[in-house]
Amino acid sequence: MNITREEIDHLAVLSNFSLSEKEKDSLGQDLENIIGYISQLDELDTEGVEPTYQVFEMENVWRKDEIMPQDANREELLALAPEAKDYQIKVPKVL
Amino acid sequence: MQIATREITAESLVKEALDKAEKYAEYNIFTYLDAEGALEKAKQIDAKIKNGEKVGKLAGVPFAIKDNFLAPMGKTTASSKILEPFKSPITATSVKKLEDEGAILIGRTNLDSFAHGSSTENSYFGPTLNSHDKTRVAGGSSGGSAVAVALDIVPFATGTDTGGSIRQPASFNGVYGFKPTYGTISRYGVVAMASSTDCIGFFAKSAEDIDLLMSIASGQDEKDMTTLPDYYNEEAVATESVSQSDSCTIGIIKDFDNEAVNLEVKAALNTKIAELKEKGHKIVELDMPTLKYALAVYYIVVPAEISSNLSRHDGIRYGYRNAEAKDLDEVYGKSRSDGFMPENKRRIMIGNFVLSSGFYDAYYLKAQQARTLIIKEYEKAFSECDFILTPVAPNPAFKLGEKVNDPVSMYLEDVMSVPINLAGLPGLAIPAGETKDGLPIGLQIIGPRRSDKKLLKFAAGMNTDVDTSMSTGVGADVNADANTNAGVDVSAKGEES
Repeated sequence: MNITREEIDHLAVLSNFSLSEKEKDSLGQDLENIIGYISQLDELDTEGVEPTYQVFEMENVWRKDEIMPQDANREELLALAPEAKDYQIKVPKVL
Repeated sequence: MQIATREITAESLVKEALDKAEKYAEYNIFTYLDAEGALEKAKQIDAKIKNGEKVGKLAGVPFAIKDNFLAPMGKTTASSKILEPFKSPITATSVKKLEDEGAILIGRTNLDSFAHGSSTENSYFGPTLNSHDKTRVAGGSSGGSAVAVALDIVPFATGTDTGGSIRQPASFNGVYGFKPTYGTISRYGVVAMASSTDCIGFFAKSAEDIDLLMSIASGQDEKDMTTLPDYYNEEAVATESVSQSDSCTIGIIKDFDNEAVNLEVKAALNTKIAELKEKGHKIVELDMPTLKYALAVYYIVVPAEISSNLSRHDGIRYGYRNAEAKDLDEVYGKSRSDGFMPENKRRIMIGNFVLSSGFYDAYYLKAQQARTLIIKEYEKAFSECDFILTPVAPNPAFKLGEKVNDPVSMYLEDVMSVPINLAGLPGLAIPAGETKDGLPIGLQIIGPRRSDKKLLKFAAGMNTDVDTSMSTGVGADVNADANTNAGVDVSAKGEES
Protein backbone atom coordinates (compact mmCIF):
# COMPACT_ATOMS: atom_id res chain seq x y z
CA MET A 1 0.00 0.00 0.00
CA ASN A 2 1.27 3.41 -0.97
CA ILE A 3 1.23 6.04 1.78
CA THR A 4 1.04 9.56 0.39
CA ARG A 5 2.72 12.57 1.95
CA GLU A 6 -0.77 13.95 2.72
CA GLU A 7 -1.55 10.81 4.70
CA ILE A 8 1.70 11.10 6.65
CA ASP A 9 0.88 14.73 7.41
CA HIS A 10 -2.58 13.73 8.58
CA LEU A 11 -1.21 10.95 10.82
CA ALA A 12 1.31 13.40 12.27
CA VAL A 13 -1.57 15.73 13.18
CA LEU A 14 -3.55 12.87 14.76
CA SER A 15 -0.41 11.87 16.69
CA ASN A 16 0.48 15.42 17.75
CA PHE A 17 3.96 15.25 16.23
CA SER A 18 5.91 18.08 14.59
CA LEU A 19 8.01 16.12 12.12
CA SER A 20 10.86 17.31 9.92
CA GLU A 21 10.71 16.54 6.20
CA LYS A 22 13.48 13.99 6.67
CA GLU A 23 11.55 12.23 9.43
CA LYS A 24 8.45 12.17 7.23
CA ASP A 25 10.46 10.43 4.52
CA SER A 26 11.80 7.71 6.76
CA LEU A 27 8.58 7.22 8.75
CA GLY A 28 6.62 7.09 5.50
CA GLN A 29 8.81 4.27 4.23
CA ASP A 30 8.60 2.37 7.54
CA LEU A 31 4.84 2.75 7.69
CA GLU A 32 4.47 1.45 4.15
CA ASN A 33 6.51 -1.64 5.03
CA ILE A 34 4.58 -2.27 8.25
CA ILE A 35 1.20 -1.79 6.60
CA GLY A 36 2.36 -4.07 3.82
CA TYR A 37 3.06 -6.75 6.41
CA ILE A 38 -0.15 -6.41 8.42
CA SER A 39 -2.23 -6.39 5.24
CA GLN A 40 -1.69 -10.16 4.97
CA LEU A 41 -4.73 -10.41 7.25
CA ASP A 42 -6.79 -9.88 4.08
CA GLU A 43 -6.24 -13.59 3.35
CA LEU A 44 -7.99 -14.68 6.52
CA ASP A 45 -11.72 -15.31 6.38
CA THR A 46 -13.31 -13.57 9.38
CA GLU A 47 -16.85 -13.37 8.00
CA GLY A 48 -19.34 -13.33 10.87
CA VAL A 49 -16.71 -13.73 13.61
CA GLU A 50 -17.31 -11.76 16.80
CA PRO A 51 -14.40 -9.42 17.59
CA THR A 52 -12.48 -9.81 20.87
CA TYR A 53 -11.51 -6.47 22.38
CA GLN A 54 -10.21 -7.74 25.68
CA VAL A 55 -9.37 -11.06 27.32
CA PHE A 56 -10.19 -10.23 30.92
CA GLU A 57 -12.65 -12.77 32.27
CA MET A 58 -14.65 -10.41 34.43
CA GLU A 59 -16.90 -7.45 33.76
CA ASN A 60 -18.09 -4.50 35.78
CA VAL A 61 -15.78 -4.64 38.77
CA TRP A 62 -17.36 -2.38 41.35
CA ARG A 63 -16.11 -0.77 44.48
CA LYS A 64 -17.86 1.20 47.17
CA ASP A 65 -18.42 4.84 46.31
CA GLU A 66 -16.13 6.10 49.04
CA ILE A 67 -13.19 8.45 49.01
CA MET A 68 -10.09 6.29 49.17
CA PRO A 69 -6.80 7.36 50.66
CA GLN A 70 -4.58 8.50 47.80
CA ASP A 71 -0.94 7.60 47.25
CA ALA A 72 0.11 11.12 46.30
CA ASN A 73 -1.01 14.54 47.47
CA ARG A 74 -1.67 17.75 45.55
CA GLU A 75 1.79 19.24 46.17
CA GLU A 76 3.58 16.10 45.02
CA LEU A 77 1.54 15.90 41.83
CA LEU A 78 1.94 19.58 41.00
CA ALA A 79 5.67 19.27 41.57
CA LEU A 80 5.76 16.91 38.56
CA ALA A 81 4.55 19.60 36.14
CA PRO A 82 7.21 21.32 34.04
CA GLU A 83 5.75 24.65 35.21
CA ALA A 84 3.28 25.38 38.00
CA LYS A 85 2.15 28.49 39.81
CA ASP A 86 -0.39 29.09 42.59
CA TYR A 87 -1.53 25.45 42.60
CA GLN A 88 -2.08 25.49 38.87
CA ILE A 89 -0.17 24.01 35.95
CA LYS A 90 1.17 26.72 33.70
CA VAL A 91 1.03 26.41 29.90
CA PRO A 92 1.80 28.84 27.05
CA LYS A 93 -0.98 30.99 25.70
CA VAL A 94 -3.82 28.95 24.21
CA LEU A 95 -5.63 31.63 22.23
CA MET B 1 13.70 -18.39 53.37
CA GLN B 2 14.25 -15.81 56.00
CA ILE B 3 17.69 -14.93 57.14
CA ALA B 4 17.15 -17.43 59.88
CA THR B 5 20.63 -18.71 60.31
CA ARG B 6 23.04 -15.83 60.25
CA GLU B 7 25.70 -17.04 57.90
CA ILE B 8 25.17 -14.14 55.57
CA THR B 9 23.67 -10.73 56.10
CA ALA B 10 21.34 -8.70 53.96
CA GLU B 11 24.01 -6.02 53.88
CA SER B 12 26.61 -8.37 52.41
CA LEU B 13 24.14 -9.56 49.77
CA VAL B 14 23.19 -6.04 48.75
CA LYS B 15 26.84 -4.99 48.68
CA GLU B 16 27.68 -7.93 46.46
CA ALA B 17 24.84 -7.02 44.09
CA LEU B 18 25.99 -3.40 43.92
CA ASP B 19 29.61 -4.43 43.33
CA LYS B 20 28.55 -6.66 40.46
CA ALA B 21 26.39 -3.92 38.98
CA GLU B 22 29.48 -1.72 39.00
CA LYS B 23 31.66 -4.47 37.55
CA TYR B 24 29.32 -4.99 34.61
CA ALA B 25 28.72 -1.27 33.95
CA GLU B 26 29.75 -1.62 30.29
CA TYR B 27 26.67 -3.78 29.62
CA ASN B 28 24.47 -0.72 30.25
CA ILE B 29 22.03 -2.70 32.36
CA PHE B 30 20.83 -0.06 34.81
CA THR B 31 19.25 3.33 34.24
CA TYR B 32 19.55 4.04 37.97
CA LEU B 33 21.22 2.47 41.01
CA ASP B 34 20.37 3.35 44.59
CA ALA B 35 23.37 2.11 46.56
CA GLU B 36 22.75 4.28 49.58
CA GLY B 37 19.06 3.51 49.92
CA ALA B 38 19.55 -0.21 49.34
CA LEU B 39 22.32 -0.53 51.94
CA GLU B 40 20.26 1.40 54.45
CA LYS B 41 17.31 -0.97 53.96
CA ALA B 42 19.64 -3.98 54.25
CA LYS B 43 20.95 -2.72 57.58
CA GLN B 44 17.39 -2.33 58.84
CA ILE B 45 16.61 -5.94 57.85
CA ASP B 46 19.77 -7.19 59.58
CA ALA B 47 18.87 -5.24 62.72
CA LYS B 48 15.38 -6.73 62.72
CA ILE B 49 16.78 -10.23 62.49
CA LYS B 50 19.27 -9.54 65.22
CA ASN B 51 16.44 -8.37 67.46
CA GLY B 52 14.45 -11.48 66.69
CA GLU B 53 11.73 -9.56 64.85
CA LYS B 54 9.70 -11.23 62.14
CA VAL B 55 10.94 -10.64 58.60
CA GLY B 56 9.33 -11.36 55.22
CA LYS B 57 9.77 -14.21 52.76
CA LEU B 58 12.26 -12.20 50.68
CA ALA B 59 14.08 -10.57 53.57
CA GLY B 60 17.30 -9.03 52.33
CA VAL B 61 17.04 -10.30 48.74
CA PRO B 62 18.29 -7.65 46.32
CA PHE B 63 16.21 -7.10 43.19
CA ALA B 64 15.84 -4.73 40.26
CA ILE B 65 12.81 -3.33 38.48
CA LYS B 66 12.35 -2.62 34.80
CA ASP B 67 12.37 1.16 34.48
CA ASN B 68 8.67 1.31 33.63
CA PHE B 69 7.63 0.46 37.21
CA LEU B 70 6.75 3.48 39.34
CA ALA B 71 8.53 3.92 42.66
CA PRO B 72 9.98 6.97 44.39
CA MET B 73 13.50 5.56 43.93
CA GLY B 74 15.17 7.59 41.17
CA LYS B 75 13.10 8.52 38.16
CA THR B 76 10.70 6.34 36.21
CA THR B 77 11.93 7.10 32.71
CA ALA B 78 10.59 4.15 30.67
CA SER B 79 14.00 4.66 28.97
CA SER B 80 12.55 7.68 27.20
CA LYS B 81 13.36 11.34 26.99
CA ILE B 82 9.75 12.37 27.57
CA LEU B 83 9.68 10.70 31.01
CA GLU B 84 13.33 11.39 31.85
CA PRO B 85 12.41 14.03 34.48
CA PHE B 86 9.55 11.96 35.96
CA LYS B 87 10.04 11.24 39.65
CA SER B 88 7.06 9.20 40.76
CA PRO B 89 5.54 9.89 44.15
CA ILE B 90 3.79 6.49 44.11
CA THR B 91 4.90 2.86 44.17
CA ALA B 92 3.57 0.14 41.88
CA THR B 93 1.49 -2.46 43.76
CA SER B 94 3.76 -5.28 42.55
CA VAL B 95 6.90 -3.52 43.80
CA LYS B 96 5.24 -2.72 47.12
CA LYS B 97 4.28 -6.36 47.66
CA LEU B 98 7.88 -7.50 47.08
CA GLU B 99 9.25 -4.80 49.38
CA ASP B 100 6.70 -5.70 52.04
CA GLU B 101 8.28 -9.18 52.07
CA GLY B 102 11.68 -7.64 52.69
CA ALA B 103 13.11 -7.64 49.17
CA ILE B 104 15.56 -4.78 48.63
CA LEU B 105 15.30 -2.67 45.51
CA ILE B 106 18.76 -1.78 44.21
CA GLY B 107 17.99 -0.19 40.87
CA ARG B 108 16.09 0.28 37.63
CA THR B 109 16.88 -1.60 34.43
CA ASN B 110 17.05 -0.48 30.82
CA LEU B 111 14.32 -1.21 28.27
CA ASP B 112 13.26 -0.29 24.77
CA SER B 113 11.65 3.12 25.20
CA PHE B 114 8.10 2.51 26.53
CA ALA B 115 8.75 -1.23 26.03
CA HIS B 116 8.48 -0.81 22.25
CA GLY B 117 11.00 -3.22 20.81
CA SER B 118 12.64 -6.62 20.86
CA SER B 119 16.27 -5.71 21.46
CA THR B 120 16.55 -2.85 24.03
CA GLU B 121 18.21 -0.87 21.23
CA ASN B 122 15.29 1.59 21.19
CA SER B 123 16.30 2.92 24.62
CA TYR B 124 16.99 6.63 24.94
CA PHE B 125 19.98 5.58 27.07
CA GLY B 126 21.51 3.25 24.48
CA PRO B 127 21.33 -0.54 24.13
CA THR B 128 21.98 -3.16 26.81
CA LEU B 129 24.52 -5.77 25.71
CA ASN B 130 23.86 -9.51 25.66
CA SER B 131 25.18 -11.37 28.70
CA HIS B 132 26.83 -14.05 26.53
CA ASP B 133 28.14 -11.94 23.66
CA LYS B 134 28.69 -8.21 23.89
CA THR B 135 28.31 -7.73 20.14
CA ARG B 136 24.73 -8.97 20.31
CA VAL B 137 21.43 -7.61 21.61
CA ALA B 138 20.03 -8.36 25.05
CA GLY B 139 16.59 -8.95 23.57
CA GLY B 140 13.72 -6.83 24.65
CA SER B 141 11.98 -4.99 25.70
CA SER B 142 13.00 -6.01 29.25
CA GLY B 143 16.66 -6.46 28.21
CA GLY B 144 18.21 -4.85 31.30
CA SER B 145 16.32 -7.08 33.73
CA ALA B 146 17.23 -10.24 31.78
CA VAL B 147 20.94 -9.41 31.72
CA ALA B 148 20.93 -8.38 35.41
CA VAL B 149 19.69 -11.86 36.32
CA ALA B 150 21.86 -13.66 33.74
CA LEU B 151 25.02 -12.02 35.11
CA ASP B 152 23.93 -12.87 38.66
CA ILE B 153 23.77 -9.27 39.78
CA VAL B 154 20.35 -9.91 41.32
CA PRO B 155 18.52 -13.20 41.86
CA PHE B 156 15.35 -11.80 40.34
CA ALA B 157 14.04 -8.78 38.47
CA THR B 158 10.66 -7.57 37.28
CA GLY B 159 9.59 -7.19 33.67
CA THR B 160 6.56 -6.48 31.53
CA ASP B 161 5.44 -8.72 28.68
CA THR B 162 3.09 -7.28 26.06
CA GLY B 163 4.21 -9.53 23.20
CA GLY B 164 7.24 -11.41 24.52
CA SER B 165 9.15 -8.68 26.34
CA ILE B 166 9.97 -10.99 29.26
CA ARG B 167 10.26 -14.36 27.50
CA GLN B 168 12.38 -13.27 24.55
CA PRO B 169 15.16 -11.51 26.51
CA ALA B 170 15.07 -14.42 29.00
CA SER B 171 15.71 -16.81 26.13
CA PHE B 172 18.46 -14.59 24.65
CA ASN B 173 20.29 -14.64 28.01
CA GLY B 174 19.66 -18.17 29.28
CA VAL B 175 17.39 -17.43 32.25
CA TYR B 176 13.78 -18.15 33.21
CA GLY B 177 11.18 -15.54 32.35
CA PHE B 178 7.48 -15.78 33.17
CA LYS B 179 4.46 -14.02 31.73
CA PRO B 180 1.42 -14.93 33.85
CA THR B 181 -2.23 -15.22 32.83
CA TYR B 182 -3.58 -11.80 31.91
CA GLY B 183 -4.82 -10.08 35.07
CA THR B 184 -2.87 -12.13 37.62
CA ILE B 185 -0.59 -9.33 38.89
CA SER B 186 -1.73 -5.75 39.39
CA ARG B 187 -0.53 -3.24 36.80
CA TYR B 188 -1.15 -0.26 39.06
CA GLY B 189 1.93 1.92 38.88
CA VAL B 190 3.34 0.49 35.66
CA VAL B 191 3.67 2.64 32.52
CA ALA B 192 0.89 1.52 30.18
CA MET B 193 1.67 0.25 26.70
CA ALA B 194 -1.17 -1.94 25.35
CA SER B 195 -3.79 -2.46 28.02
CA SER B 196 -5.40 -5.58 26.55
CA THR B 197 -2.11 -7.54 26.53
CA ASP B 198 0.28 -5.91 29.07
CA CYS B 199 1.34 -8.30 31.86
CA ILE B 200 3.72 -8.02 34.80
CA GLY B 201 6.12 -10.92 35.33
CA PHE B 202 9.56 -12.01 36.49
CA PHE B 203 13.05 -13.09 35.54
CA ALA B 204 14.83 -15.59 37.79
CA LYS B 205 17.13 -18.60 37.69
CA SER B 206 14.52 -21.30 38.37
CA ALA B 207 10.81 -22.07 38.09
CA GLU B 208 10.73 -22.54 41.89
CA ASP B 209 11.86 -18.97 42.45
CA ILE B 210 9.26 -17.66 40.05
CA ASP B 211 6.60 -19.67 41.87
CA LEU B 212 7.58 -17.95 45.11
CA LEU B 213 7.49 -14.51 43.49
CA MET B 214 4.09 -15.25 41.93
CA SER B 215 2.68 -16.33 45.31
CA ILE B 216 3.70 -12.90 46.65
CA ALA B 217 2.76 -10.66 43.72
CA SER B 218 -0.55 -12.21 42.57
CA GLY B 219 -3.96 -11.08 43.60
CA GLN B 220 -6.76 -8.60 43.16
CA ASP B 221 -5.95 -4.94 43.55
CA GLU B 222 -8.57 -2.25 44.11
CA LYS B 223 -6.35 0.08 42.12
CA ASP B 224 -6.39 -2.11 39.00
CA MET B 225 -9.85 -3.32 38.05
CA THR B 226 -8.36 -5.79 35.56
CA THR B 227 -6.90 -8.00 38.28
CA LEU B 228 -8.30 -11.47 38.92
CA PRO B 229 -9.15 -12.77 42.39
CA ASP B 230 -6.09 -14.50 43.84
CA TYR B 231 -6.49 -17.91 42.19
CA TYR B 232 -2.73 -18.48 42.36
CA ASN B 233 -2.65 -19.02 46.12
CA GLU B 234 -5.79 -21.11 46.45
CA GLU B 235 -5.05 -24.30 48.30
CA ALA B 236 -6.91 -26.44 45.75
CA VAL B 237 -4.72 -25.02 42.98
CA ALA B 238 -1.53 -25.88 44.85
CA THR B 239 -2.59 -29.45 45.57
CA GLU B 240 -3.83 -30.06 42.06
CA SER B 241 -0.67 -28.56 40.57
CA VAL B 242 1.59 -31.00 42.34
CA SER B 243 -0.45 -34.11 41.64
CA GLN B 244 -1.24 -33.33 38.01
CA SER B 245 2.10 -32.12 36.74
CA ASP B 246 3.67 -35.57 37.00
CA SER B 247 2.45 -36.95 33.72
CA CYS B 248 1.27 -34.53 31.08
CA THR B 249 0.36 -34.32 27.44
CA ILE B 250 2.52 -31.79 25.64
CA GLY B 251 1.48 -30.24 22.36
CA ILE B 252 3.96 -29.29 19.65
CA ILE B 253 2.81 -26.75 17.06
CA LYS B 254 3.46 -28.17 13.59
CA ASP B 255 2.92 -24.78 11.99
CA PHE B 256 5.96 -23.39 13.83
CA ASP B 257 8.24 -25.96 12.20
CA ASN B 258 9.25 -23.97 9.14
CA GLU B 259 12.32 -22.69 7.30
CA ALA B 260 12.35 -19.40 9.26
CA VAL B 261 13.40 -21.27 12.40
CA ASN B 262 17.12 -21.63 13.11
CA LEU B 263 18.33 -25.25 12.92
CA GLU B 264 19.98 -25.18 16.33
CA VAL B 265 16.74 -23.86 17.84
CA LYS B 266 14.88 -26.76 16.20
CA ALA B 267 17.45 -29.21 17.57
CA ALA B 268 17.03 -27.80 21.09
CA LEU B 269 13.27 -28.29 20.82
CA ASN B 270 13.72 -31.88 19.64
CA THR B 271 16.13 -32.63 22.48
CA LYS B 272 13.59 -31.35 24.99
CA ILE B 273 10.82 -33.38 23.37
CA ALA B 274 12.95 -36.53 23.68
CA GLU B 275 13.64 -35.73 27.36
CA LEU B 276 9.95 -35.26 28.05
CA LYS B 277 9.08 -38.55 26.39
CA GLU B 278 11.70 -40.30 28.46
CA LYS B 279 10.12 -38.90 31.61
CA GLY B 280 6.79 -40.42 30.62
CA HIS B 281 5.06 -37.39 29.18
CA LYS B 282 2.98 -37.78 26.06
CA ILE B 283 3.68 -35.68 22.97
CA VAL B 284 0.95 -34.67 20.50
CA GLU B 285 1.18 -32.61 17.34
CA LEU B 286 -1.13 -29.62 16.95
CA ASP B 287 -2.50 -27.96 13.83
CA MET B 288 -2.78 -24.25 14.51
CA PRO B 289 -3.00 -22.60 11.08
CA THR B 290 -4.35 -19.25 12.33
CA LEU B 291 -1.27 -18.57 14.51
CA LYS B 292 0.67 -17.38 11.49
CA TYR B 293 -1.59 -14.33 11.43
CA ALA B 294 -0.99 -13.54 15.11
CA LEU B 295 1.93 -11.22 14.39
CA ALA B 296 -0.13 -9.13 11.96
CA VAL B 297 -2.99 -9.01 14.49
CA TYR B 298 -0.54 -7.98 17.20
CA TYR B 299 0.97 -5.16 15.14
CA ILE B 300 -2.52 -3.76 14.56
CA VAL B 301 -4.07 -4.16 18.01
CA VAL B 302 -1.02 -3.13 20.03
CA PRO B 303 -0.17 0.08 18.12
CA ALA B 304 -3.87 1.03 18.31
CA GLU B 305 -3.77 0.76 22.09
CA ILE B 306 -0.37 2.48 22.20
CA SER B 307 -1.62 5.47 20.22
CA SER B 308 -4.33 5.91 22.82
CA ASN B 309 -2.28 5.17 25.97
CA LEU B 310 0.66 7.36 24.94
CA SER B 311 -1.50 10.38 24.14
CA ARG B 312 -1.23 11.27 27.85
CA HIS B 313 2.44 12.18 27.36
CA ASP B 314 1.78 15.73 26.27
CA GLY B 315 4.39 17.85 28.06
CA ILE B 316 1.77 19.45 30.29
CA ARG B 317 1.32 17.65 33.60
CA TYR B 318 4.59 15.75 33.97
CA GLY B 319 7.68 14.78 32.03
CA TYR B 320 9.64 16.71 29.42
CA ARG B 321 8.37 19.93 27.84
CA ASN B 322 10.13 21.57 24.92
CA ALA B 323 11.33 24.94 26.21
CA GLU B 324 10.99 26.76 22.88
CA ALA B 325 7.34 25.95 22.31
CA LYS B 326 5.41 29.19 21.95
CA ASP B 327 1.81 28.00 22.03
CA LEU B 328 -0.09 24.97 23.21
CA ASP B 329 0.05 23.11 19.89
CA GLU B 330 3.78 23.55 19.83
CA VAL B 331 4.08 22.24 23.38
CA TYR B 332 2.34 19.03 22.30
CA GLY B 333 4.02 18.71 18.93
CA LYS B 334 7.59 19.58 19.88
CA SER B 335 7.60 17.83 23.26
CA ARG B 336 6.27 14.63 21.74
CA SER B 337 8.52 14.77 18.69
CA ASP B 338 11.63 15.31 20.84
CA GLY B 339 10.49 13.00 23.62
CA PHE B 340 9.68 9.82 21.71
CA MET B 341 12.09 7.48 19.93
CA PRO B 342 11.52 6.59 16.24
CA GLU B 343 9.89 3.26 17.16
CA ASN B 344 7.46 5.01 19.54
CA LYS B 345 6.50 7.31 16.66
CA ARG B 346 6.03 4.45 14.22
CA ARG B 347 3.72 2.65 16.60
CA ILE B 348 1.70 5.72 17.51
CA MET B 349 1.25 6.57 13.83
CA ILE B 350 0.36 2.99 12.86
CA GLY B 351 -2.16 2.99 15.72
CA ASN B 352 -3.74 6.18 14.47
CA PHE B 353 -3.76 4.75 10.95
CA VAL B 354 -5.59 1.50 11.82
CA LEU B 355 -8.09 3.38 13.98
CA SER B 356 -8.80 6.15 11.48
CA SER B 357 -12.08 6.24 9.59
CA GLY B 358 -11.80 4.40 6.31
CA PHE B 359 -9.27 1.89 7.65
CA TYR B 360 -10.90 0.83 10.92
CA ASP B 361 -12.92 -2.06 9.47
CA ALA B 362 -10.13 -3.33 7.23
CA TYR B 363 -7.49 -3.37 9.96
CA TYR B 364 -8.62 -2.90 13.55
CA LEU B 365 -11.96 -4.70 13.42
CA LYS B 366 -10.54 -7.45 11.22
CA ALA B 367 -7.64 -7.96 13.67
CA GLN B 368 -10.01 -8.27 16.63
CA GLN B 369 -12.03 -10.88 14.71
CA ALA B 370 -8.83 -12.76 13.92
CA ARG B 371 -8.01 -12.55 17.62
CA THR B 372 -11.20 -14.50 18.37
CA LEU B 373 -10.10 -17.20 15.94
CA ILE B 374 -6.66 -17.40 17.59
CA ILE B 375 -8.23 -17.76 21.04
CA LYS B 376 -10.50 -20.53 19.74
CA GLU B 377 -7.50 -22.30 18.24
CA TYR B 378 -5.78 -22.34 21.64
CA GLU B 379 -8.98 -23.57 23.31
CA LYS B 380 -9.10 -26.47 20.89
CA ALA B 381 -5.40 -27.18 21.43
CA PHE B 382 -5.84 -27.32 25.19
CA SER B 383 -8.65 -29.85 24.79
CA GLU B 384 -5.94 -32.12 23.38
CA CYS B 385 -3.00 -31.31 25.66
CA ASP B 386 -2.04 -29.86 29.06
CA PHE B 387 0.76 -27.60 27.84
CA ILE B 388 2.25 -26.43 24.57
CA LEU B 389 6.00 -26.34 24.00
CA THR B 390 7.54 -24.04 21.36
CA PRO B 391 10.71 -22.04 20.87
CA VAL B 392 10.47 -18.49 22.27
CA ALA B 393 11.99 -16.96 19.15
CA PRO B 394 13.00 -18.32 15.75
CA ASN B 395 16.64 -17.27 16.27
CA PRO B 396 19.11 -16.75 19.08
CA ALA B 397 20.28 -13.19 19.91
CA PHE B 398 21.06 -11.19 16.77
CA LYS B 399 23.84 -8.64 16.27
CA LEU B 400 23.53 -5.10 17.58
CA GLY B 401 22.39 -2.85 14.74
CA GLU B 402 21.33 -5.76 12.55
CA LYS B 403 17.58 -5.11 12.65
CA VAL B 404 17.07 -1.81 14.42
CA ASN B 405 16.50 0.16 11.22
CA ASP B 406 14.21 -2.43 9.67
CA PRO B 407 11.07 -2.56 11.82
CA VAL B 408 9.42 -5.46 9.97
CA SER B 409 12.45 -7.74 10.33
CA MET B 410 12.56 -6.81 14.03
CA TYR B 411 8.84 -7.59 14.41
CA LEU B 412 9.34 -11.01 12.81
CA GLU B 413 11.48 -12.01 15.80
CA ASP B 414 8.26 -11.82 17.86
CA VAL B 415 6.35 -14.29 15.70
CA MET B 416 6.34 -17.08 18.29
CA SER B 417 5.97 -14.96 21.41
CA VAL B 418 3.02 -12.68 20.59
CA PRO B 419 0.21 -15.21 20.03
CA ILE B 420 -0.28 -16.01 23.74
CA ASN B 421 -0.55 -12.33 24.67
CA LEU B 422 -3.51 -11.96 22.32
CA ALA B 423 -5.21 -14.83 24.16
CA GLY B 424 -4.14 -13.82 27.70
CA LEU B 425 -2.34 -17.14 28.34
CA PRO B 426 0.60 -17.79 30.68
CA GLY B 427 4.00 -18.67 29.23
CA LEU B 428 7.35 -19.54 30.79
CA ALA B 429 10.65 -19.20 28.96
CA ILE B 430 13.10 -21.88 30.06
CA PRO B 431 16.78 -22.19 29.14
CA ALA B 432 17.36 -25.05 26.68
CA GLY B 433 21.06 -25.15 25.99
CA GLU B 434 23.26 -23.04 23.75
CA THR B 435 24.24 -22.84 20.10
CA LYS B 436 27.71 -23.99 19.08
CA ASP B 437 28.73 -20.32 19.32
CA GLY B 438 27.62 -20.20 22.94
CA LEU B 439 24.38 -18.27 22.50
CA PRO B 440 21.51 -19.30 24.79
CA ILE B 441 18.41 -20.93 23.31
CA GLY B 442 15.05 -20.64 25.05
CA LEU B 443 11.87 -22.66 24.83
CA GLN B 444 8.50 -21.67 26.21
CA ILE B 445 5.87 -23.70 28.01
CA ILE B 446 2.38 -22.35 27.45
CA GLY B 447 -0.70 -23.28 29.45
CA PRO B 448 -4.41 -22.48 29.55
CA ARG B 449 -5.58 -19.44 31.52
CA ARG B 450 -4.99 -19.73 35.27
CA SER B 451 -2.78 -22.81 34.87
CA ASP B 452 0.19 -20.73 36.07
CA LYS B 453 0.92 -22.68 39.23
CA LYS B 454 0.67 -26.05 37.53
CA LEU B 455 2.83 -24.80 34.69
CA LEU B 456 5.59 -23.66 37.05
CA LYS B 457 5.44 -26.95 38.96
CA PHE B 458 5.69 -28.83 35.69
CA ALA B 459 8.70 -26.73 34.63
CA ALA B 460 10.36 -27.31 38.00
CA GLY B 461 9.87 -31.04 37.53
CA MET B 462 11.52 -30.94 34.09
CA ASN B 463 14.84 -30.11 35.66
CA THR B 464 15.05 -32.53 38.55
CA ASP B 465 18.46 -33.79 37.53
CA VAL B 466 20.08 -30.35 37.39
CA ASP B 467 20.07 -27.91 40.26
CA THR B 468 19.45 -24.65 38.51
CA SER B 469 18.16 -22.88 41.58
CA MET B 470 20.02 -19.93 42.87
CA SER B 471 16.94 -18.66 44.31
CA THR B 472 15.63 -15.70 45.99
CA GLY B 473 15.39 -15.80 49.75
CA VAL B 474 18.09 -14.66 51.95
CA GLY B 475 19.91 -17.30 53.54
CA ALA B 476 17.67 -19.77 55.28
CA ASP B 477 20.21 -22.11 53.84
CA VAL B 478 23.62 -22.04 55.44
CA ASN B 479 25.10 -23.37 52.25
CA ALA B 480 24.00 -20.24 50.54
CA ASP B 481 27.41 -18.85 49.77
CA ALA B 482 28.61 -22.10 48.32
CA ASN B 483 25.55 -22.24 46.16
CA THR B 484 25.11 -20.38 42.97
CA ASN B 485 25.85 -16.88 42.11
CA ALA B 486 23.56 -14.67 44.08
CA GLY B 487 24.60 -16.61 47.11
CA VAL B 488 21.09 -17.35 48.19
CA ASP B 489 19.03 -20.48 48.05
CA VAL B 490 15.48 -20.70 49.12
CA SER B 491 14.44 -23.85 47.49
CA ALA B 492 16.86 -25.74 49.68
CA LYS B 493 17.41 -28.72 47.49
CA GLY B 494 20.65 -29.30 49.23
CA GLU B 495 22.48 -30.23 46.07
CA GLU B 496 25.33 -28.08 44.95
CA SER B 497 25.66 -27.38 41.29
